[in-house]
Amino acid sequence: MRLKLVPSVTSVDFFRFWRVTFGASVVAMVLSIVVFFVMGLNFGIDFRGGTTIRTEAVQPVDIGAYRDAMTPLGLGDVAITEVFDPSFGPDRNVSMIRVQAQDGVESVTPETIDAVRLALTEIDPSLVFASVESVGPKVSGELVQSAVLAVVLALVAVLFYIWLRFEWQFSVGAVAALVHDIVLTVGVFSLFQIRFDLAIIAALLTIVGYSLNDTVVVFDRVRENLIKFKKRPLKEVLNLSINETLSRTMMTSVTTLVALIALFILGGDVIRGFVFAMIWGVLVGTYSSVYVASAVLLFIGAKRDWSKSDSDTGGTQFATDDK
Amino acid sequence: MLQIPMWKRFLIWGLCVLGVAFATPNLFYDRVERHNDAVGLIETGTATPELEAEAALWPDFLPNALINLGLDLRGGAHLLAEVRVSDVYADRIDGLWPSVRDLLSDERSVVGNVRRMPSDAGELRVQVSNPDGMARALEVVRTLAQPMQTLTGVGARDLDVTQDGEDIVVTLSEAERTATDDRTMRQSLEIIRNRVDQAGTREPTIQRQGEDRILIQVPGIGSAAELKALIGTTARLTFHPVVSQTSDPDTAPGPRNIIVPSMEQAGLYYILEQTPVVSGDQLVDAQPAFDQNNRPAVSFRFNPAGGRAFGLYTAANIGSPFAIVLDNEVISAPTIQSHISGGSGIITGRFSVEETTQLAVLLRAGALPAEMDFLEERTIGPELGQDSIEAGKIAAIIAMLAVVVFMVLSYGVFGIIANIALMFNLALIFALLSLIGATLTLPGIAGIVLTIGMAVDATVLIFERIKEESLTAKGPARAIQLGYEKAMSAILDANITTFITAVILFAMGSGPVRGFAVTLGLGIITSVFTALFVTRLMVVLYYERARPKTLVI
Repeated sequence: MRLKLVPSVTSVDFFRFWRVTFGASVVAMVLSIVVFFVMGLNFGIDFRGGTTIRTEAVQPVDIGAYRDAMTPLGLGDVAITEVFDPSFGPDRNVSMIRVQAQDGVESVTPETIDAVRLALTEIDPSLVFASVESVGPKVSGELVQSAVLAVVLALVAVLFYIWLRFEWQFSVGAVAALVHDIVLTVGVFSLFQIRFDLAIIAALLTIVGYSLNDTVVVFDRVRENLIKFKKRPLKEVLNLSINETLSRTMMTSVTTLVALIALFILGGDVIRGFVFAMIWGVLVGTYSSVYVASAVLLFIGAKRDWSKSDSDTGGTQFATDDK
Repeated sequence: MLQIPMWKRFLIWGLCVLGVAFATPNLFYDRVERHNDAVGLIETGTATPELEAEAALWPDFLPNALINLGLDLRGGAHLLAEVRVSDVYADRIDGLWPSVRDLLSDERSVVGNVRRMPSDAGELRVQVSNPDGMARALEVVRTLAQPMQTLTGVGARDLDVTQDGEDIVVTLSEAERTATDDRTMRQSLEIIRNRVDQAGTREPTIQRQGEDRILIQVPGIGSAAELKALIGTTARLTFHPVVSQTSDPDTAPGPRNIIVPSMEQAGLYYILEQTPVVSGDQLVDAQPAFDQNNRPAVSFRFNPAGGRAFGLYTAANIGSPFAIVLDNEVISAPTIQSHISGGSGIITGRFSVEETTQLAVLLRAGALPAEMDFLEERTIGPELGQDSIEAGKIAAIIAMLAVVVFMVLSYGVFGIIANIALMFNLALIFALLSLIGATLTLPGIAGIVLTIGMAVDATVLIFERIKEESLTAKGPARAIQLGYEKAMSAILDANITTFITAVILFAMGSGPVRGFAVTLGLGIITSVFTALFVTRLMVVLYYERARPKTLVI
């Protein structure tokens, strides 16, 4: 008995409603941007400076009591959240305390940490600081810069590579898909207020890599089919190519998702946000290689004549989508 | 057709076997680590039966390189420090004043009286009372500037001497500043390394980052605060003649004098001569000790030059007080009882035993040339790291099992081949990580899990292609060959683009991003190798043995 995710031969018309799906993508991107500007991102200390303390205790976390204990220390904005994780037993109670960057000091002083420790162990003697991380405002600003720069550089490099290997229309499609994936991911992080730190940037770039992987595989087949079927309309060629690579797309996406979901459930709370970003990225990345990358290609058209050089045909010939 | 020459087959299997061999130590992480530590100690000459037993935990003929576990997995402390490199300029420029004064006073007839004017740090302003002598004054002061040996600046000198109104301004030249910064950074790195090594921790990472930053990661240390106490102290030790004592910190100390607080007594200040008799640079050794009243103290020894200066001074100043200054605080100011020859002495103060031990470490390692600001510090408890490793392991195993089952169900015999290739792929990743001494972090583990998912991608591309080709091509051999050929461009394009992002991540990123980029990048290389070569070899072997009439894929 052989497992088959999709039948051997499929002929789904992916572009029947391409205007609708493309429109939906555009709407989703606009919504993401709106959500981002309205709600903002829940930046971790990597990006905004400050200190996070992870506490572990035998007794249940009493956020009110923690807050009362820390108020007299005058540390400014303090956020305390309890961390829930199915793998924690009843005697393992974890909280995250975030303290804003203190005026005039680059990173937190040992005295401050000791004061916090003293105040909190008064409430709960079993409390231990599992980790203390502190980032000064100077560095956090630089981290934002280099993170944004990394994403932009990656996009440019990819654009360039695909332009070399394919045609500029393909680059535009691929990069449109990438921008789509990044924007939607940032939107989701903003909507659910998941903590956004350096590791998430790593995840974001993996999404770029994954989505690209998917797009390039489809495009590779499109290029091959464009040469093979010179007279067929572009829309049909795209459809055929996506159908032909469909079983591969499903296999890869499903196996990757299985691996990621295992990590999401069992990997512990420290990397949950990170894994969530990747799961989401696999989903939108798979979607976008068809409904954004290929749709953009369909929209702007692709050079059809690959056999002769441009000078022979007297210019580049574009296919128009069949109206 | 499906011919693979014998040497290629050996090469492919050889690489796989090597991968497995070099990955194996990581399965016995604890044993290998104890073995390596013990071997390291034995090599330095301390051999005990316990160490020999530890060393015997892992056979010597096997590879023993391990993956370096990141702080988030092992626990430890991380500090990012910025060295105030410009502090050094100020010291250099201040040190020039006596020579400038002496040079100009030789020319008194032309330039008139010489006066040092208040100025910004790192700048020496001198006024001469006869403006007509300005040109001569500049000329004389310029003789102080030394030509520099640099790669770019031909004829560059270390000092810039300019005229600003009625003042002569002396600053370090641009080239000299760059050279000084570099020297300061190298010195700081060296001293920090010494201090961390003295504390006896395992494999610390001490790296220069950018122009003026140092990254210090020490696994296994209790907290960043401890690390900071160790390396955050400048530990500049100097011995000064005492001018007088006062209780008013605002007293004007007088020219060429400084006012320094006492460490022992709050509200007590010493006025000292600015130029030290001897400084800590001339120490050759420092040890924790006890004084004659059995109080903790630090004994020290000077090098010959320092010892001579110390001996001459003590001989000439019996009966006067003498201040021992550490980082701008007077530790103690004993009265000189007799001529101290031989260049050794003892520092007493209100120390605990721990403090003397630490002070001795700091003095031995030397003074930092400049102060540091800590921009970032992280402490990760060892339990948290252990939890993360466990979680990552379980997740990786489950992910593997799921993928293995899935592949066999989908592709039968070919699925088994893909799974074997996947195992080799993982072994190769671990082997490479161990060999290059890369650091595995939590996001790195996620990268590996993602690789498990994506490693099958290339294989799936090939298998799907073979499946397609077997519908039209004549015979299984042709289908296999065409499958590999046609899948090639998609595999390469897809992996090269992902590899580009991994390289950019590595170049731009720091910390977790980098760790992730390394595993992702290596994962891409190994999965392309296993997909294109290992699976192909196995498929050919299968084909040669079974000679199937039709491919069941």
